[in-house]
Amino acid sequence: MTANDFWAEGEPVFDKAAPDGPVETRWERRKFSAKLVNPANRRKLTVIVVGTGLAGGSAAATLAEAGYRVKSYCYQDSPRRAHSIAAQGGINAAKNYRNDGDSVYRLFYDTVKGGDFRARESNVYRLAQVSVNIIDQCVAQGVPFAREYGGLLDNRSFGGTQVSRTFYARGQTGQQLLLGAYQALERQIGLGNVEMNARHEMLELIIVDGKARGIVVRDMVTGEITTEFADAVVLASGGYGNVFFLSTNAKGCNVTASWRAHRKGALFANPCYTQIHPTCIPESGSHQSKLTLMSESLRNDGRVWVPKKAADCPKPAGSIAEEDRDYYLERIYPSFGNLVPRDIASRAAKNVCDEGRGVGPGGLGVYLDFADAIKRLGRKAVEAKYGNLFEMYERITGEDPYETPMRIYPAVHYTMGGLWVDYDLQSTVPGLFVVGEANFSDHGANRLGASALMQGLADGYFVLPNTISNYLAAGPFKKVTESDEAVVEARKQVEDRIEKFLSIDGDRTVDSFHRELGQIMWEYCGMERTEEGLTKAIGLIRALKEEFWTRVKVPGKGEELNQNLEKAGRVADFIELGELMCIDALHRRESCGGHFRAESQTPDGEALRHDDQFSYAAAWEYFGADGKPVLHKEDLNFEYVHPSTRSYK
Amino acid sequence: MDIKVRVWRQAGPSAAGKMVTYDVKGISPDASFLEMIDVLNETLILGGDDPIAFDHDCREGICGACSMVINGVAHGPEKATTTCQLHMRKFSDGDVIDVEPWRAAAFPVIKDLVVDRSAFDKIIQAGGYITAPTGTAPDAHATPVPKKDADAAFEAATCIGCGACVAACPNGSSMLFTAAKIAHLGLMPQGQPERDSRVIDMLQAQDDAGFGGCTNAGECTTVCPKGIPLSLIGRLNSDYRKAITTR
Ligand SMILES: Cc1cc2nc3c(=O)[nH]c(=O)nc-3n(C[C@H](O)[C@H](O)[C@H](O)COP(=O)(O)OP(=O)(O)OC[C@H]3O[C@@H](n4cnc5c(N)ncnc54)[C@H](O)[C@@H]3O)c2cc1C
Ligand code: SF4
Ligand code: FES
Repeated sequence: MTANDFWAEGEPVFDKAAPDGPVETRWERRKFSAKLVNPANRRKLTVIVVGTGLAGGSAAATLAEAGYRVKSYCYQDSPRRAHSIAAQGGINAAKNYRNDGDSVYRLFYDTVKGGDFRARESNVYRLAQVSVNIIDQCVAQGVPFAREYGGLLDNRSFGGTQVSRTFYARGQTGQQLLLGAYQALERQIGLGNVEMNARHEMLELIIVDGKARGIVVRDMVTGEITTEFADAVVLASGGYGNVFFLSTNAKGCNVTASWRAHRKGALFANPCYTQIHPTCIPESGSHQSKLTLMSESLRNDGRVWVPKKAADCPKPAGSIAEEDRDYYLERIYPSFGNLVPRDIASRAAKNVCDEGRGVGPGGLGVYLDFADAIKRLGRKAVEAKYGNLFEMYERITGEDPYETPMRIYPAVHYTMGGLWVDYDLQSTVPGLFVVGEANFSDHGANRLGASALMQGLADGYFVLPNTISNYLAAGPFKKVTESDEAVVEARKQVEDRIEKFLSIDGDRTVDSFHRELGQIMWEYCGMERTEEGLTKAIGLIRALKEEFWTRVKVPGKGEELNQNLEKAGRVADFIELGELMCIDALHRRESCGGHFRAESQTPDGEALRHDDQFSYAAAWEYFGADGKPVLHKEDLNFEYVHPSTRSYK
Repeated sequence: MDIKVRVWRQAGPSAAGKMVTYDVKGISPDASFLEMIDVLNETLILGGDDPIAFDHDCREGICGACSMVINGVAHGPEKATTTCQLHMRKFSDGDVIDVEPWRAAAFPVIKDLVVDRSAFDKIIQAGGYITAPTGTAPDAHATPVPKKDADAAFEAATCIGCGACVAACPNGSSMLFTAAKIAHLGLMPQGQPERDSRVIDMLQAQDDAGFGGCTNAGECTTVCPKGIPLSLIGRLNSDYRKAITTR
C-alpha cells in the first residue's frame, strides 16, 4: 500500500467569517458587523452547551446572562469537576504589569511562533487582545490569584517565554479559574436561566435541514436516552489525549462528542498535533491508569541529567560521580539549558532513554535534580517554592526528592487538533459551534504553556457569546420534534450502539483494548513518527477495531449506572480517531512542533518544517467506517509574523 | 501484595446493600487505591460479575470526585489525602480493608460507592459566588488585595467539594464546605457587597438540602484532604451573626 491509499484530497476549506485588513482591528470589526439579537427575542432562543470546563462553563454562564436559554451537560456529577480543574501552571495575559516590554502584539507574536506557524494569525491576535479582559473578569469574580505585598497581582514567566505574563494561583490555577466560571454558572442555574444536566453524556448530534439542532444524551444514572433540541449547539467537550490511554488527562476525558459530530459532517482538523509534556512522573507498572504532571516550573531550578554510561543507570543516583553525569539539555542547548520548550525537552529525554541511558523502572526516566538548588538556595527556600510538588511526588513514588533526584518522563498532555472552526468558532455544520480544547484553533503545532486556559476562557466569556448571536439572529428556527426523521435516526444510532456493546459478550475488557490502542499510538504516533511506523500503526488499529467489535465484554444493562458501557462507547470512538490521527501524521511529511517526523530533520537532529508544502491546517472529512477520509486544506497566510526557524542552541 | 477488600455493594438507590469480600492478589505497592480497584474490576468483569462502581476522574487529588470511606475513615488512613492519591504501600500484605460509600442523609447512594452530591451545587447556587457580569470588569489592578488576605482566601478556596467532611460528621453537616466558600469570597474586597446575603442564603440552602446541624464535633477537618481548618466555621458563624443583626 502506498501512503495515498489511506486518504483522498478534496476541495480546500476557507474561513469565510474572518475579516481582513489590519490585524489589530479585525475583532472589533467582526463584532460590529455581527447581527445582534434584541433582548426580548433572546428568551425565545435555546442553546445547548456540552461541557462545563473553562470553555463550556464560561460560555453557558455568559450566554445565560445575556438572556438566552441554556441547557448545559457534563458527564461528571458536578460541573465543578471538569478536567480544567487540574491545570496547574497558569494563564497568560498581555497585561504588561511588569513593564518588561510585553504587549498584545508580543503575546500574539510569541503564540504564532510557539505554534510553529501552523495557527491562524487572526485568531491568535484576538486571543492576545482578549487575554487582558480575562484577568479583569476573573479578578472581579474573586479568583484568588497570587498577589504581591502591595496587593497587586503577581506574575511569573512560564514555558520558555522571556516576559513575565503568566498569572497563577499557586499550582492550582485551573481549579481557581474553573471555580470562578462554575460559580457564575451556578448563579445562572439558581436564577433558572440554565438547565444543568450533570451525569449526562452526549452520544449523538442531531442535524435537521443541514443545521445542528440538538443532541442525543444518556442519563448516566438511569440509562434513559433522550433527545434534546435547541437553536444552536456548542461543544466544549475538551481534548482527546486519552486516546493514548496513559496521559495526564482525567480518566473521563474523551472524544465522543466531537467524534459523533465529525461522523455527521463536521471536519476534524490537525488530529495528530499532540503536546507532550516533559515533566511527568514516569510509569511504575502495568496497573498504571494515568500519568501525573509535575509543574514545569520545576525546571527553573532543577537540573536534568542521566548517567553518561548505560552501565551506571541501575546504580543509586547519589553514587554516580559528577563527571559521569550527562546534563544533556545544558550540553546540547547551552543558551536555554533546562528551560528549552516542551517538545525539545521531551524528545531529548526520549533520545537518551532510547540510547539505553534512562533511569528507573524500564529505563524510561531521567533525573530532575534539586541538589544544586538546595545547596544554592537552602532547603527551606526550595521547600517554599516547590514543597507541594515534592510532596505529591513522594506520595506517588514513595521516594523523597529532597534526598534522591526526582525521575521524570514525557507524557501526553494536551491535544491541539479538534473540530475545524472558522473565526466565529462555527464548525462546518451550521449552528454547531466548538470552543476550548475541543476545537483546533489558535495553537498550531506546538502549544506553549499557559495558553490553553487562556483560549478556553477567551472563547467562552468573550468570543462565542458575540459570534453566536450573529447566527442566532436568524432564529428561532423551525420547531424540531421527536418524530422528525433525523431525530428518530440519531436516537436509533445511539440505541443500536448500546445494544451492540452489551450483546457482544466477548472475552476482553474495554480497558484492555484501550491500553492496547494507547500502546500503538504512543509507539508510532507519539513523540517521533516515521512513514513506516505510521503505516504499521494503521494496520494494527484496523485489526484492533475488528477485534473490539467481536471480543469486547461489557457487563450489565443499559438502564442503570454502567461505567463500563460508558467506557466502551468512548474507546470505540478513540479507536476510530486513532486511525485518523495516524493518517494525518502520515500525510504531514514534515516535523513541526512536538510532531517529529524522523524523515524530516536537520543534520544535527532538529525538527525540520516544510513551509512551502505544509503551511496549512489539515481538515478531514469523514467518509464512512471503511471509506477514505478526505483532506481539505486551509491555507495559512502569515502577514505579520514571518515563518522562521526555531533555534535553542 | 495480597489483600482482602470488603466492599459495599448496592445495585441501585432503593436496593438493599451489603458488604462483599474479594481477594486481590499480587497488587503492586506502587498502585493507587483506585488502581487496586481497577485491577479487581478487571477480574470481576472477566468472571461475569458486575464491577464495583465508584466516582473518580482527575486521579490527581484535585477534582474532588473520588469518594470512599476506607476502614471507617473518609478517603482512608493517610492524612490530607484523597483516595486517588492514597497508595497501596500504606497498607500491609494480608490486610483486610473495608470500603464503603460516603454516608449522609443529603448524599443518597446511587450505586455501590457512588453517591449523589448535587446538594453541594445547590448551596453554591444560593449565593456562593460574586455577581460579576461578563465584559464589564474594571482593570484587575483597580482592586488591590493585600497579600495576606489573598493568601487566606486562596487557602479557603482550595476546597475541592469532595464531601469527606459531610461523610465524617456525625450529624452529616456540610458546614466546613460552606464555611470554606464563605471565607474564600468574604476575605476579598470583591466579595463584600454580597457578604451578608451570601451567608444567610447559603446556610438556608444547606438546611433545605437536608444537611445536619454543626455541633463542632470537628471530625470534618480531620478528614479534609485540603486541610480546611475548623476556624473557618467560627468565621462563618460570626459572619452569620453580624448578617442577621444588621439585616
Ligand atoms: C494536568 C494538566 C495541567 C494543565 N496545565 C495547564 C496550565 O497550566 N495552563 C494552561 O493553559 N493549560 C493547562 N492544561 C490544559 C488545559 O487544562 C485544558 O486544555 C483546558 O482546561 C481544557 O478546557 P475545556 O473547557 O476545553 O475542556 P475540559 O475542562 O476538559 O471540559 C470538558 C467538559 O466536557 C464535558 N464532556 C466531555 N465529553 C462529554 C460528553 N460526551 N457529554 C457530556 N459532557 C461531556 C466534561 O464533562 C467537561 O465538563 C493542563 C492540562 C492538564 C491535563
Ligand atoms: S471542606 Fe475539605 S472535606 Fe469538605 S468538601 Fe471541601 S475539601 Fe472536601
Ligand atoms: S479522582 Fe479527582 S480528586 Fe480523586
